[in-house]
Amino acid sequence: MHRTGSLYGQFKTLEQQKDTATLGMWIFLVTEVMFFGGIMLAYTINRHTYFHAFAMGSNTLSLGLGGFNTVVLLASSFTMAMAVWSAQTSKKGLITLFLSLTILLGFVFFGVKYVEYAQKFHHHLVPGKNFDIFYCANNPTKCEDIDAADMAKEKEELEAAAKADPDLNAHAQLYYSAYFGMTGLHALHMVIGAGLLLWLVKESMAGKFSAEWNNPVDIVGLYWHFVDIVWIYLFPLLYLIDRHK
Amino acid sequence: MRAEATGPALKLPEKHYLNATYGIRSWLLTTDHKRIALLYLASVTFFFFIGGFFAMMIRLHLLTPNGYLLTPDQYNRMFTMHGVTMIFFFLIPSIPAVMGNFLIPLMIGAKDLAFPKINLLSWYIYIIGGLCTLWAMVNGGLDTGWTFYTPLSTIYSNSAVAPAVVGVFITGFSSILTGLNFLVTVHTMRAPGMTWFRLPLFVWAHYATSIVMILGTPVIAITLGLAAMERVFGLGFFNPAMGGDPILFQHLFWFYSHPAVYIMILPAMGVISELIATFARKRLFGYHFVAAASLAIAVIGFLVWTHHMFVTGQSAYAAVAFSFLTFIVAVPSAIKTFNWTATLFGGSISFDTPMLYSFGFLGLFLVGGLTGLFLGALGVDINIHDTYFVVAHFHYIMVGGAVMGYLGGLHFWWPKITGRMYPEWLARIAAFILFIGFNFTFFPQFILGIMGMPRRYHTYPPEFQIYNVMSTAGASILAIGYLLPMVYLTWAAFYGKVAGDNPWPATGLEWKTQSPPLTENFEVTPVVTWEAYDFHNRPDLGLDVPAGKGSPAVAPAHGDD
Amino acid sequence: MSEHEHTEHIVSPGMYLTIISTLLALTGITVYAAFVDLGRFNIVVALLIATIKATLVVLIFMHAKYVPERTKLVIIAGIFWLALLLFMTLSDYFSRVDYRGIRYPMTQLISHTIEHRG
Repeated sequence: MHRTGSLYGQFKTLEQQKDTATLGMWIFLVTEVMFFGGIMLAYTINRHTYFHAFAMGSNTLSLGLGGFNTVVLLASSFTMAMAVWSAQTSKKGLITLFLSLTILLGFVFFGVKYVEYAQKFHHHLVPGKNFDIFYCANNPTKCEDIDAADMAKEKEELEAAAKADPDLNAHAQLYYSAYFGMTGLHALHMVIGAGLLLWLVKESMAGKFSAEWNNPVDIVGLYWHFVDIVWIYLFPLLYLIDRHK
Repeated sequence: MRAEATGPALKLPEKHYLNATYGIRSWLLTTDHKRIALLYLASVTFFFFIGGFFAMMIRLHLLTPNGYLLTPDQYNRMFTMHGVTMIFFFLIPSIPAVMGNFLIPLMIGAKDLAFPKINLLSWYIYIIGGLCTLWAMVNGGLDTGWTFYTPLSTIYSNSAVAPAVVGVFITGFSSILTGLNFLVTVHTMRAPGMTWFRLPLFVWAHYATSIVMILGTPVIAITLGLAAMERVFGLGFFNPAMGGDPILFQHLFWFYSHPAVYIMILPAMGVISELIATFARKRLFGYHFVAAASLAIAVIGFLVWTHHMFVTGQSAYAAVAFSFLTFIVAVPSAIKTFNWTATLFGGSISFDTPMLYSFGFLGLFLVGGLTGLFLGALGVDINIHDTYFVVAHFHYIMVGGAVMGYLGGLHFWWPKITGRMYPEWLARIAAFILFIGFNFTFFPQFILGIMGMPRRYHTYPPEFQIYNVMSTAGASILAIGYLLPMVYLTWAAFYGKVAGDNPWPATGLEWKTQSPPLTENFEVTPVVTWEAYDFHNRPDLGLDVPAGKGSPAVAPAHGDD
Repeated sequence: MSEHEHTEHIVSPGMYLTIISTLLALTGITVYAAFVDLGRFNIVVALLIATIKATLVVLIFMHAKYVPERTKLVIIAGIFWLALLLFMTLSDYFSRVDYRGIRYPMTQLISHTIEHRG
């Protein structure tokens, strides 16, 4: 289809084009809801069945890092919303600024995630042959990043959990399957989002977006906010199980 | 050919979508929905014959009780790859991606789908997924059954499960993108005057199908993704050794794969609605009900999935509820069937090839649908679960229903797609061969199932041989029934008689443009002022016999006077 | 064909600031609530707060408050189907009772059947 300015040939008006693109993105987000729905279901059933293992697994996560990442992601949603506002009001410099800030915050999130994942590998908490939920409790010298008080508390909790659930090591792997599965998929979505944002920055530096034409900013914004919403659920589901003990 | 017989010989239009541009690039980089439909046509036909080859191997092996052709391992691979190819790479994309793609913009009076580039992308995704699975098939094969049940697929199978699953996973996104494109297109791209209740039922059926595609396919994607990660990285959701639950896999798998049956049959129902109205020269009886039944099937179809799991460890209470819902989903299908037959009443029926396929569809879908109710009944299902009764049942729906609809539609719209007519008498003979071959192949399997022959076994007791021989003999007749249309339709695309814009004539908007259509579909965007399937007030088609008692009958469609 | 005349609604930066502050505050509250022993209601509170946060993002950041009815229908359909997937599957899991009236998760069924026979 030939294209006149920003209007693709199959459409009659820019209005129709924008309407269509927005509807398409929302429908795509519904498919994403169902996509995450499958793994949420697996999580729900396993958490219900093996609560002790899930609580134990959750308590090995760093609340500080998780909480920090939540704040980072919420902030990136705010900068994204501001990028859309800048586009709607034709503030061309601000569009680039806010888009870049969003990418920056995304990369901060990746950095923290990397630290968390590395720690889990280090502590033998990745599902598979070498998984050992008791690894740090039995080898405190190998886990020097956990301070002594926390380590003592964790050991105590582990003993209680192992008493309640004799197959704790197997069931804890289910928690980590959920953890890596869910955060991994979430991170994959963020990588795609970051790629889209980089493309937007390039386009916006070329001055393509304005009050008349800002579909791509709007659409990518919807996607980015959706990824934020997924994290809004993942944070309490993964990091905040049974913290009050 | 009534009008054409006396008039001057018809000529193809000078400019159309097929000769607008030339060269391989103009096809591989096209965003024209009609060309993408032809790309899909070529690729699903390719996969159909691959799947058909596996089917032939199965049937030849089962000719004798001990089966000398294949080893048990090879036999497992054959039926698995037959199922995977036919379901994920032929049936699911067949009608939507070929005919839906070609016709939806034409039928609603749009220049293209809402997202032409995404449409092309979906074809590439389909091809990549297909190649991935083909690669798995020649490098180790696949022996888990098309259902990929865990823990067989995740732990025990020694075949190339991971690449095959990844291929199916990838192809799922092609289906999602097609469904998304259709939904948005129907919402935002309709021509002026084309209100929701003037839409052809083909479009309604595809709208319902798209709903299933976008809501179901992501679930199978994540499920197969998790299974692949379980096999490769050792995640544990479906692994009983870690406390995971294999039945959870079945829940997630069937949450998509049961509605997927409706992805296959709903578009065929849409095709049949068009054919029956056109060749009975009547507005489809109960238009609104048929449209609503499509949506009802799409929605209720999501509520019945555990009827595939009655003999697993699912709760007895849940089984009762799902059995009840299974009976409910038969209601909208029955509404449609009754409305199609009611349309025939008092119509000016002609027996052109597409209509023969419609009749075939009606009979076979009826048998397939009713035997589905046997299987949905809890007690009966325990007896005939995983026997050849199930195999026969779903082949009646998918081959008898979906493929009949597919071929009927291809014949009906072939003049629109290529601008040329297929050879009518040869086509009628082929339709008969297909119908006879089909029944010969699959009816004996009902009997085998009742007698207790389990599916997926490479061997059977000698007393079952007679029925297996009948089935294999029927399969070879069926194969001829499939080869014939492929040959003569291809021939007709180049050398057939020129058809003209509206050879039947039919009432849809797609017939208001030239055949083959322009790249932009219409020279000017049409304005719709008529109701769907109105064969009385359409002077533009030569149909202006007033409706009502005592008025002369509408002449039958071309071919029978 | 555009069925809904829809003039673009521009949300002010002030509104965005209010929302982001609320979201951050709710994040604090959810962490605080996790450390209070509410028994089985901990998860309910956590999900409730998450849903409030998600709703704010959808309505304001994603402009769902200002979109045509048709888009709202799409959103609701998505939530509805997610609920179908979750609740209909859970209806199986939470009604699994064996002939002695004992609830079982799948894997334990296997082990105690073997026990029973042994």
